[in-house]
Amino acid sequence: MSVLNPPRSAGTRRTGGPARSGGSFSAWANRHRKWLFAAPAMIFVGVLIVFPLAWTLYLSLTDSQGSVRAATEFIGLQNYLTVLSDTERFWPAVGRTLSFTGVALAFEVVLGMGVALLLWRPFRGEKWVRVAILLPLVATPVAVGMMWRLIFDPNIGFANQLLGMVGIPPQPWLSGQDTALGTTIFMDVWQWTPMVVLILLAGLTSLSDEPDEAARVDGANAFQRFFYITLPLMMPTVIVAILLRGIDALKTFDILYATKGKGGGSFHEVETLNVYAYGLSFDYNQYGLSSAVLILFFMIIIGSMWLLTMRKKAVSK
Amino acid sequence: MTVMTDSPAPTTNRAPRRRKPLGTRAYKVFRVVALIVVVLFLLAPLFWMLLASLKTNVDIYDTAKALVFSPTFENYANVLQRNNYFVFVVNSFWVAFVSTALSIVLGVPAAYAMSRFTMHRSALVVLMARVIPGVSLLVPWYYVFSNLRMVGKFEVLILSHMFVALPLIVYIMMSYFDSLPLELEESAEVDGLTPIGAFRLITLPLAVSGIATAGILSFIFSWNNFMFALVLSGAKTKTLPVAIFDFVSYASIDWGGLMAAATVVTIPIMIIALFTQKYIVSGLTAGATKG
Repeated sequence: MSVLNPPRSAGTRRTGGPARSGGSFSAWANRHRKWLFAAPAMIFVGVLIVFPLAWTLYLSLTDSQGSVRAATEFIGLQNYLTVLSDTERFWPAVGRTLSFTGVALAFEVVLGMGVALLLWRPFRGEKWVRVAILLPLVATPVAVGMMWRLIFDPNIGFANQLLGMVGIPPQPWLSGQDTALGTTIFMDVWQWTPMVVLILLAGLTSLSDEPDEAARVDGANAFQRFFYITLPLMMPTVIVAILLRGIDALKTFDILYATKGKGGGSFHEVETLNVYAYGLSFDYNQYGLSSAVLILFFMIIIGSMWLLTMRKKAVSK
Repeated sequence: MTVMTDSPAPTTNRAPRRRKPLGTRAYKVFRVVALIVVVLFLLAPLFWMLLASLKTNVDIYDTAKALVFSPTFENYANVLQRNNYFVFVVNSFWVAFVSTALSIVLGVPAAYAMSRFTMHRSALVVLMARVIPGVSLLVPWYYVFSNLRMVGKFEVLILSHMFVALPLIVYIMMSYFDSLPLELEESAEVDGLTPIGAFRLITLPLAVSGIATAGILSFIFSWNNFMFALVLSGAKTKTLPVAIFDFVSYASIDWGGLMAAATVVTIPIMIIALFTQKYIVSGLTAGATKG
């Protein structure tokens, strides 16, 4: 390969290039193809990210509200103080965001690993199981939210009919102040466990059989083989799954807004940070405050990602 | 795979088959039962939605008619004709299609450059877009676009969806290009192609299935996108997820109609998913098993 390398360098290319490709533009384009290829996408994303982020940061330091066009005053860190001392909406929203993400992720990873292990070795009818796994994953979240609204309806829903069959009294589900968040977590687990299954299954299939077989020969039982061989080897993949799913779970919006509407319900029972920030921005037009919430939210996301990446590095060693 | 490695160890013969552990049969039964439970858990709710969409509202309220009822297509007729769902279907399709196509044009070369020149920091900038909460982008976008009197136009909606699609495509294509051998391009260049020519004539045709993967996923994500359309779409550009959401804001919920609407949104995407299963799976798991 090292013998082939010199022709790749731009210098040699230029001497032979123009004769064949004619224009000097082509030579120039080939010389600068790295940035020529990457720049359009980067400029697009950059303009659409950097500018809004800078703007959000600026808005968070002003008292902007009502209309984005209204005159605003610079009020320093006042919004942050207001938000951080707000124990009625902000801190409960932080708590709900973290517990929604934490509980949903725990279920998704444990169930996902279980299902991935079931699917690991080939079997008859595998195709059908894979289809079943794929369908929730691609279903439109808002439609999924509406579907669960009917199923969890306290009076006519299938969930309470099912409970009735085994003699459990009907539950309020989404309309209960204490049960709503748990119900939305259930919905998230239904829709996104398949995603974790697919990622973990890809990890399992890429594992080498040898350590497992060696342990089998040495007389290790299935549980020992899983906990001492498979799981440690799978840890990096598990963390990738948690990372990918965690980012999306923290930002969950669609099913929460579709099932409980503005403010996460009349008692804010499913109001996570994303729903809260959306409400402040577009239902109440409190742009300054909402920007402060968003900056803090962003820091929480980056912080959790950073922790997980550190963990992954430690595990991969 | 293990057979390929020419190691002298006898373990490569898959010897363990000869002595079956006691638990094997029990495990087989357990596995079948567990898989049936999993499939039921995943499919029953969707089935329930489909059933309800075929019921009259009277039947939906009658729990005795949970499974046995006389099906009607009235809900679909209502949704598609009276509520103009055909228009929303076309809107959703158009926005998803254009934003995906444009993102492929921008994203594939970028992913190629980032993969071949290991531009990790640049890749990070693009991937940041997957992390940022959408709301923090919506306020400034809404401000700028309402000043330009463009809120409610397709261009704005497509632009916002590209913001989701482009990072996704770059992410998937980067791991795809990483897996393509460099040697093919190198020999093409030795044979006299320019680097861009080698990309166009050699690498790109090889990457078609990767592009299909990225495109299908990006289409699905755009089709399902709710928040951006909720703020940036207008009466004429409303997409399906927003249309369903608006369905409930009427006084009492028309459950049959709502379920028909929800089915209309999910059926097209599920059909696409069934035919492109392989691509979706490889796209969703792209890069997940790398160290």
